Amino acid sequence: MNNKLKKVFDTPNKKAFIGFLTAGDPTADCTVECILEMERAGADLVEIGIPFSDPTAEGVVIQDANIRALKNGMTTDGAFEIVRRVRESSQIPLAFMTYANPVFHYGYDRFFGRCRELGVDAVIVPDLPFEEKREMEEPANAGDVALISMIAPTSESRIREIASQAKGFIYVVSSMGVTGVRSEISTDLGAIVKSIREVTDVPCAIGFGISTPEQAKSMAAVSDGAIVGSAIVKILAKYGEKAAPEVYKYVKSMKEAVLEA
Amino acid sequence: MEKGRYGIHGGQYIPETLMNELIRLEECYEKYKKDPEFQAELDTLNREYAGRPSLLYYAEKMTKDLGGAKIYLKREDLNHTGSHKINNVLGQALLARKMGKTRIIAETGAGQHGVATATAAALLGMECEIYMGKEDTVRQALNVYRMELLGAKVHPVTSGTQTLKDAVNECMREWTNRVDDTLYVLGSVMGPHPFPMIVRDFQSVISREARDQILKKEGKLPAAVVACVGGGSNSMGAFYNFIPDSEVELIGCEAAGKGVDTAFTAATIATGSLGIFHGMKSYFCQDEYGQIAPVYSISAGLDYPGIGPEHAYLHDIGRAQYVPITDDEAVDAFEYIARTEGIICAIESAHAVAHVRKIAKNYRPDQSIIVCLSGRGDKDVAAIARYRGVDIHE
Repeated sequence: MNNKLKKVFDTPNKKAFIGFLTAGDPTADCTVECILEMERAGADLVEIGIPFSDPTAEGVVIQDANIRALKNGMTTDGAFEIVRRVRESSQIPLAFMTYANPVFHYGYDRFFGRCRELGVDAVIVPDLPFEEKREMEEPANAGDVALISMIAPTSESRIREIASQAKGFIYVVSSMGVTGVRSEISTDLGAIVKSIREVTDVPCAIGFGISTPEQAKSMAAVSDGAIVGSAIVKILAKYGEKAAPEVYKYVKSMKEAVLEA
Repeated sequence: MEKGRYGIHGGQYIPETLMNELIRLEECYEKYKKDPEFQAELDTLNREYAGRPSLLYYAEKMTKDLGGAKIYLKREDLNHTGSHKINNVLGQALLARKMGKTRIIAETGAGQHGVATATAAALLGMECEIYMGKEDTVRQALNVYRMELLGAKVHPVTSGTQTLKDAVNECMREWTNRVDDTLYVLGSVMGPHPFPMIVRDFQSVISREARDQILKKEGKLPAAVVACVGGGSNSMGAFYNFIPDSEVELIGCEAAGKGVDTAFTAATIATGSLGIFHGMKSYFCQDEYGQIAPVYSISAGLDYPGIGPEHAYLHDIGRAQYVPITDDEAVDAFEYIARTEGIICAIESAHAVAHVRKIAKNYRPDQSIIVCLSGRGDKDVAAIARYRGVDIHE
């Protein structure tokens, strides 16, 4: 397995904080700056969203970030350039999150080849379920990039099959619906993680709906980490190019909460 | 062919949250497809409620005027709710009820599928919510009110281009939110498996009837079947039972908008490329990075940047051909068929009529062409008037 991904969960309490932002929202410079600030604040992995015109798994907050980024001219090549710039000074584990079509259109071999070349450790594609991942898997493996598996509250009988083939880490979707801040998460995530544990040691991080330190702590307590997207994107939407210090403060508080889990 | 695939097209590119629901839907569909009671119930609804079989009308004046093949119109515009959409909706709504669902949701472009879905929901006593691009709610205000009269809640979609593709996005998002009691009644032969198969099967009643009707009237198969294509449900329904008849040409008419060499087009086969979107691999209008392109057509029902996977396959193997028809040609045809046959057809269907006007003379008088008249045009009258510079207050 990719060595940098092993580091993600190698923290004092073996719990990770994973942060998300959209490439080019509001600018490429700001994205680079915020990734470095997130690392300084203790993020163990950063997910970089490559914007897509029709992000069907996203709630309004990240949909708007996609629109802003595309309007500002962000492209798949632009996202790779952001990674190159981050890699000039940082070895923080990085993942891309995007939809099947931008990856397909770039060409699987070319996309995962560039991931390998520039040091992208994992790729998350929410519209690529277990049944369809085969076409991306070989090029991903060839690039030593982990194609991340997702497990949802509705996965039930599918959990064992998905988990047994998972690589890197497993993205456990906390709730029904799309991404976005939620006041309450009611899914029995402990039971889902327990089912996963029966078949694999691959770490599980929970995402969708997490915004407060309390939520991050309780999610990390029942799994191996918390993934936060919309709450960070909201800060970027509010502060724009001046968001980095605010992102730093927020991620620091979230990371501390995860360390208490 | 692999399950859910049409050559390389199709598949299930959809979030994990929906996968078990799609699997359940497929299992239920396979079960009820073979259930005589379900089929009898659907057949009764089709006959007694929707008004099937629809007529195959010999358009004698058009035939004489165009001077070539005999033109037959498959009158889906005479169905209850005024289009072919009812064929699929009655099937899916009945299926939803069998699955224990109490609520159906649907996307709509021109409003025809939304009206049909709201109708089925009213009839079967189900809750109904329709997602419609905000721009389309303006273009088709009458249909919005119609849906509301039928008891549906209409959500104007303000994301993206505010048209059909965004309505599909929003419907998918809502379905991941609430799958327990809800079925997404997809309106075209698109989306993740099993939708392209289910919608095609329910719509194939068009060609099942048309094939029998033309054999009775002409004693032989038609030379060609022509239908408009957005996602492609009426055309797939019109083509399906003729696919094994290799001597029958199958022609789909795409919306070229202001022309395939302009940015204002929705002609997927003419201008699109292979991609993955809305749960399927197929052809899409998109840019060099795979961003889905904003598309344009005068017809809200054809204003979609993709095409169903089975059409993409029929195109690949050369079994069907797809031709672009511009707004101008469609509007001319809309007026032509009104004057010539006394039929005001949907602007979508007028795309098929426009092509027949071009090709009829290439055939002999002992040959026939079937045109699928997918819907009636009342909903379009105001827009066509505006197109011609006439201001109408409804």
